[in-house]
Amino acid sequence: MRNILIIAGRELSAYFATPVATVFIVIFLVLQGTLTFNLGNFFDRGQADLNPFFNFLPWVFLLLVPAITMRLWAEERRLGTIELLLTLPITQGQAVVGKFIAAWAFCAIALALTFPIVLTVQYLGDPDMGVIASGYVGALLIAGAFLSIGSAMSALTRNQVIAFVLGVAVCFIFAAASYPLVTDFLSRNTPVMAEIARRFAVVDRYQDFTRGIVSLRDLVFFATFIGFWLFLTTVLVDQRKAD
Amino acid sequence: MSETGQPILIEIEGLTKRFGTFTAVDNVSFTVSRGEVVGFLGPNGAGKSTTMRMLAGFMIPTGGTARIEGHDVQTDGVAARRALGFLPEGAPTYGEMSVTGFLRFCARIRGYRGGEVTARVVYAIGLTGLESVRLQPVETLSKGFKRRVGLAQALLHDPPVLVLDEPTDGLDPNQKHEVRELIKQMRPEKAIVISTHILEEVDAVCTRAIVIANGRVVVDATPAALSEMHPSGKLDDVFRRLTLEEAA
Repeated sequence: MRNILIIAGRELSAYFATPVATVFIVIFLVLQGTLTFNLGNFFDRGQADLNPFFNFLPWVFLLLVPAITMRLWAEERRLGTIELLLTLPITQGQAVVGKFIAAWAFCAIALALTFPIVLTVQYLGDPDMGVIASGYVGALLIAGAFLSIGSAMSALTRNQVIAFVLGVAVCFIFAAASYPLVTDFLSRNTPVMAEIARRFAVVDRYQDFTRGIVSLRDLVFFATFIGFWLFLTTVLVDQRKAD
Repeated sequence: MSETGQPILIEIEGLTKRFGTFTAVDNVSFTVSRGEVVGFLGPNGAGKSTTMRMLAGFMIPTGGTARIEGHDVQTDGVAARRALGFLPEGAPTYGEMSVTGFLRFCARIRGYRGGEVTARVVYAIGLTGLESVRLQPVETLSKGFKRRVGLAQALLHDPPVLVLDEPTDGLDPNQKHEVRELIKQMRPEKAIVISTHILEEVDAVCTRAIVIANGRVVVDATPAALSEMHPSGKLDDVFRRLTLEEAA
């Protein structure tokens, strides 16, 4: 555990050592704010909740989360520092989890900085703070799900652009799986696939949280989902580290 | 125990690595005991770095295995790596970190806590002469300093086994001399393997030379015995004869 935290700490400070962190956070906040207030009709709806904010969040994450994870392993391999990291007395699992936690903590910081939106609804009305809190939990979990996919894609290649594009593509598959466009198409052609797609639809699970429902099933789903992709990352790092 | 009564710290047994149909390392076996400095010689692409990477547990061998202080690098990798100080080829470091920050990270991941961390970092910085640049980001340093940061990282925990891939590459003659003196000074306490292209280095610091060509060990002898293998007595000539013969 201590090793995981040391790696996470180093990784997190690496984000802030370059302008990447600032650029990411600013873009995230501007995008999220614009979408919520302009496209989401935040004021015209006349309701004191954060639904417009949470509805756009998965799609903003879809685009931005792979940008956080693309460097995780691809850069280590390109610079050769992976040889240094993996010859330290740590297991590969610790390195994978440590890096993932750093990326997750970074997302949590970006999410925490959206607090002015919460203050705004509180000022304007009397929102259900429980729903908002569970929405933020869901947001963290969907960020974690996308981050775990992104980290596996980063372990696949030494090219950060490829890692980013693959990350967006794979995240999109899981994000779009619950949309009528996809499920209708699948149930018309391959009904079995439609059922599978619905079970793996991360956005569906996330929407439960934004409605204030925190169920054990969804928590187990996200934990398993993240666990699976991190396991895959470990396997990929092990197989491809020396290429 | 070896013949000299010193414990054997590195055991390499039938180490083989194939990339597709190309055999980079072919059934390499040798042991290194405490007090020995083994110079690992060979032309570019002979399999030196690949062997060292497998010894450090970074690359998975196709066949055979290696043990450090009796710990198998594959099945008991963490214990093996704890006893190892490794300088990878090209001395990669995290460029955005300061020298001190980077070494503190290495010390903490090696299990040191609190005041010990600072003590180990001060020790490693002193050993490699990095005092003047200790607060600078590594990426702003010259090649020689970067190499020394890599060396500091490998020496930080005073490991019983040192594996250094081209430790003097990119250093100026004075720095080369310093690193050689450092290796000589550490010799009685450790088992050391260094790879190099520089044949004078073998004479200067090594107690044994292993020449590798096309993935196979062609000679394992003392530097003196090695230089007797060519009538001219020059290591350059011996090296050329051994590695070109093998290639032909």
